[in-house]
Amino acid sequence: MTVQNSSAVKSPTNSFSNLLWTLVRFREAGISIFILVLVATVTVRAPSFLTVDNFKDILLNISILTIVALAQTMVIITHGIDLSVSSMIGLVAMMVAFVVKQNPEIPVSLAVVLGMTLGAVLGSFNGLIITYGNVPPIIATLGTLSIYRGLVFFYSQGTWINSFELPAAFKFLSKGTPLGLPNMVIIALIVAVIVYYFLNHTRTGRDIFAVGSNPDAAQYSGIRKQRIIFLVYLLSGVLAGLAAVLWVSRFESAQTNTALGFELQTVAASVVGGVSISGGVGTVPGVMLGALLLGIIQNSLTLIRISPFWQLAAQGLLILFAVISDKWILSRVERAKK
Amino acid sequence: MSTQVVTESKLISEYAPRRSFLYGFLRWEWMIVALILVDVFVNTKLSPFFLDARNLSRTSSDFMEIGLMMLPMVFIIITGNIDLSVASNMGMSASFMGLLHNMGVNIWVAAGAALLLGTLGGMLNGYLISKIKLPALVVTLGTYAFYRGLAYGFLGDQAARGYPEAFTYFGQGKVFGTLIPFSVALFLFLAVIFGLVLHRTTFGRYLYSIGNNENATNYSGIPVAKIKFIIYVMSGFMASLAGLILAARFGSTRPDNGTGLELAVITAAVLGGVDINGGKGSMLGAALSLLLIGLMRFGMGLLNIQGQVQGIAIGLLLILSILVPSLVRGISSLRRNFNGRSALSAAAFLLIFILFFIFFFWSRAPVIAGV
Repeated sequence: MTVQNSSAVKSPTNSFSNLLWTLVRFREAGISIFILVLVATVTVRAPSFLTVDNFKDILLNISILTIVALAQTMVIITHGIDLSVSSMIGLVAMMVAFVVKQNPEIPVSLAVVLGMTLGAVLGSFNGLIITYGNVPPIIATLGTLSIYRGLVFFYSQGTWINSFELPAAFKFLSKGTPLGLPNMVIIALIVAVIVYYFLNHTRTGRDIFAVGSNPDAAQYSGIRKQRIIFLVYLLSGVLAGLAAVLWVSRFESAQTNTALGFELQTVAASVVGGVSISGGVGTVPGVMLGALLLGIIQNSLTLIRISPFWQLAAQGLLILFAVISDKWILSRVERAKK
Repeated sequence: MSTQVVTESKLISEYAPRRSFLYGFLRWEWMIVALILVDVFVNTKLSPFFLDARNLSRTSSDFMEIGLMMLPMVFIIITGNIDLSVASNMGMSASFMGLLHNMGVNIWVAAGAALLLGTLGGMLNGYLISKIKLPALVVTLGTYAFYRGLAYGFLGDQAARGYPEAFTYFGQGKVFGTLIPFSVALFLFLAVIFGLVLHRTTFGRYLYSIGNNENATNYSGIPVAKIKFIIYVMSGFMASLAGLILAARFGSTRPDNGTGLELAVITAAVLGGVDINGGKGSMLGAALSLLLIGLMRFGMGLLNIQGQVQGIAIGLLLILSILVPSLVRGISSLRRNFNGRSALSAAAFLLIFILFFIFFFWSRAPVIAGV
């Protein structure tokens, strides 16, 4: 790599390796290349894959995942993890669905605000026991994972909310397309832009990275570490609450097992998107690509007619593959830098 | 970050001039024993069926799959790593055996092949973690999906059944002439072996050493990568063994068997005092906490509390087991830093949580009444 690069600098004719070099320097290079290869391979097998409609479908499917994965990313950047997101979604979804069923006339925006508020309460509980209680994040959120899920059962006594019990305006929230794309995709994009701005261009956002890469140094430089950590779990709850409302709206039901197991998908999307599990590293575009990759994998396995029973195995294998290839490309880049 | 803080506080406590009697008594294992006694006492009062040898014998075998997977998990967590793929590996092995059985292969050959597959699964984890040096959480998250996916691939929507009685004995049978289920005896035997390896061999000491400072251990000439590889292979083998026991107990196999059990396994280990950051923990504590969780769940089951609602109690116990000691330790600094402002914010949070639960019950009432 080094040799190629230096020769590229010397002779302007060698523009291809120059281009390659610029590409590789991006942190997201590994996953982008992986996505392109996957798209090309699948398109050869199933031409209907590379159509606008199909990609709209993929985007619709990954919107909720993207929102929660971005929340998960902020948590992981502080060297934490939030395993309770799935149960927060389940609990908030059930509570909002109950309220909407009883009061069909309430405006949709109020339901969204309600969901985010309930999520904030659950998230702040996580934040409190992690910061002021000194409980390691993985333990705290493993505990609330089963507490919140237990509360879902306790709350609903095993009953469900079905499609006919929900008002039409509420169902329209996720599916309407007044702006050309489904609302839910637009909401996910807005969340991504806000999180991007927050992480990269605000002081608090930079503090999140500082706390993640070196907590002690961050504290000595005057950052209130506890507050930042509390904040990311609070935000995780808020975004999980938003995701919960969208979930009820999209799937038109709230069940006791809503979003069961979803926490590992959000971690997978973040990690595949280049977020370092040991903290301090992660980008919003990377995570969006990670969610996109998971969505593409799911979609393409159906299109190339892999039996649904083998799909989970293929997904798991591809996640492993993405992580290994990313590590490999990164080590090449590191070596090239030297 | 936290490791450094922990090491410092340990040093201070080690050089502390004298320990109070209470401090020695407050060892975690004793806490669990006390909790077990309280639980037994309360449950005996609440239900006449609690202290029934037959009931206890039957319910104890329900927790042995968790127990078998917990043994190597203690090793893994002590080194500061984690294995999220155990329950998926268990499902994969059991499904593979079911597939071979459906194809007409002899049950013992099928069981052997399943053990081999599970061990291979552990080797893949170990290779990626120790040689490729990927984080354990990431690797086992990937294999968590991969192995469960293979289980679905093997059996699809089918279930394998009709195992011969000689095989189901391993899940349903009792040790000759007693009420002790075979699986419990197997667990106890293996727990002793794992405990001896952890607490009485150099291999065990290396595990603690890796958990406390992996780099320093590596520089001391201890083969860290090899040890990590070995414990993940152990974990794979034990997960597939648990899968066989599960299949024998149910007398059938479905690909979704044991979904979500990995969190129960980790809960049992951590509640037993194994430090999730590595370097601390004992096999006795883990085994006792498994007993505690089993008795709690059994008692709540007798009171007709749904399994998922029981999770509230287990989750609270898990959090409190870390929260209470840490609050007790931090009480002096808390007193120093306590002022009007922190009192105000504490009150605000309390109010918010109270409001949340008022809303919780208020919004639920009409719908529940209508059902």
